Amino acid sequence: MPDIYDFLIAPFIDYAFMQRALLGSFLLAISSCPVGVFLMLRRMSLTGDAMAHAILPGAATGFLLFGLQIVPMTIGGLIAGIVVAISAGAVSRFTVQKEDASMAAFYLISLALGVLIVSIRGSSVDLLHVLFGTILALNNDALLLIALIATLTLIGLILFWRALIAECLDPLFLRSVSGLGTPVHFIFLALVVLNLIGGFQALGTLLSVGLMMLPAAAARFWTTRVESMCGLAVLFGIFSCVAGLLLSYHLSLPSGPAIILSAGIIYVASVVFGASGIVNARARRPRHRTA
Amino acid sequence: MTDACLTFRNLTLGYNSHPAVHHLDGSVKHGSLTAVVGLNGSGKSTLMKGIVGILQPMAGACLRETGGRIAYLPQQSEIDRSFPARVVDLVSLGLWSRRGLLGRFTRDDRAAISNALGSVGLEGFEKRPIDTLSGGQLQRALFARVLVQDADIILLDEPFNAIDTKTLGDLIDIIKRWHGERRTIMVVIHDLQLVRDHFPETLLLARHPIAWGRTKETLRPENMLQARRFIEAWDDEAEWCEPATLGIGLDHQSRGARQNHDHQPAPAEKGAA
Repeated sequence: MPDIYDFLIAPFIDYAFMQRALLGSFLLAISSCPVGVFLMLRRMSLTGDAMAHAILPGAATGFLLFGLQIVPMTIGGLIAGIVVAISAGAVSRFTVQKEDASMAAFYLISLALGVLIVSIRGSSVDLLHVLFGTILALNNDALLLIALIATLTLIGLILFWRALIAECLDPLFLRSVSGLGTPVHFIFLALVVLNLIGGFQALGTLLSVGLMMLPAAAARFWTTRVESMCGLAVLFGIFSCVAGLLLSYHLSLPSGPAIILSAGIIYVASVVFGASGIVNARARRPRHRTA
Repeated sequence: MTDACLTFRNLTLGYNSHPAVHHLDGSVKHGSLTAVVGLNGSGKSTLMKGIVGILQPMAGACLRETGGRIAYLPQQSEIDRSFPARVVDLVSLGLWSRRGLLGRFTRDDRAAISNALGSVGLEGFEKRPIDTLSGGQLQRALFARVLVQDADIILLDEPFNAIDTKTLGDLIDIIKRWHGERRTIMVVIHDLQLVRDHFPETLLLARHPIAWGRTKETLRPENMLQARRFIEAWDDEAEWCEPATLGIGLDHQSRGARQNHDHQPAPAEKGAA
């Protein structure tokens, strides 16, 4: 028993930075995993990745002007992300071009701009924190920001749940009964950007997408209801965070990749052993009923 | 025309500056049951989209009575069949106009959904995932959603696609029941025998309205012949219909003569009861 305690519990009892990391990652999982489920169901799984790149010039500008501070980098990232999301969304809504193409165009423009801005400042070790995060050094401001984003996200999802489902399931129908389709799409993109912003303090701009998408993609293999998919994704997310933090603590691994790789292991296991995974769908020859 | 439910005023709808419905005038009466007939590309579906409001007019207007609920069954739905939803989730979307974003579904709502599924022959299908439905079953589920919508104006775009003959009779009965309830119904349909048997009024389209009125008169051989001469293809060299500023003041006939496309004389009767 003492071994298990030392391994699983003690790190979080003994060290304040581990407690902060745990709290921050819980909040992130609760907030960004359901967003990931909707991204996946809307076949926009790679959009999260694109948006994460899109945030870069804003965050870099904040970094350039104010140094490694949360508030300016967050606001900068938020502006860049929203501009790209709205531009790409607008092109797909009001022209014949689909969102994948317009999103690719705008995020690449944004990424190039970001790299340009970063290079003005010259290479900096600090900037690695932007790209790969510092979950073990979350301060009060960062935790507060993540909590705020989580609250906003949950309220937004609950408020627009029915519209989000309708917009995924039958967008033409939603347009025929309500003008909410387009606003809901933009609100949703804003939530995606917000969650990536929340994640980049802890996990970095690139890896924060991982906590959003991997648990969601894994949950798809276990359930066929959207509600339970969101719940399961949150559980997977929380589990990945705990596992990743512990691995990082005991094996002196970088925390961000440890968390995302834990989620990756859950995903691969789900692909193979999930209710609609490979083993169930292929290997086993199912019995069938008479009607 | 005091009891007009829908009024078209010189309505032109289309895509990329080419008209698909051209200069449509007239009105649809309250409680009328109208078949919309025409060849492929004659503007039937485009007219439906224009009425629903998902396609904005290029010219003219489509005026809808305020306050009335509208239900629309598109020819090609944009349903994502891989979405993890059950039949009941799909059909309950029909409650949107009454329950909106946050309203709770009541016991009556659930009963209405079950009844609607029963009416289209899908009783007991509530829990079935939508990706396990056949094409015809999905079409029936969508028909059930229209039932749940409980709308005053009902637009059905080729609703009998992929429907077996047994179900066809049930769906026709539902349409007749709606007609009895004084709802306004427009149905895009290709089977002229069904039109003659069940639809009191018909709009025959070939981009322009060829005829519009009682089914028997609309479907007269000379009208059908005229509709059949309709040229489906767009003409990229076609002259502009009305110059943005110069069109005003010219009467219809002279404009028609000046342009390369023929304007039909206004249909003699519209929406005769």
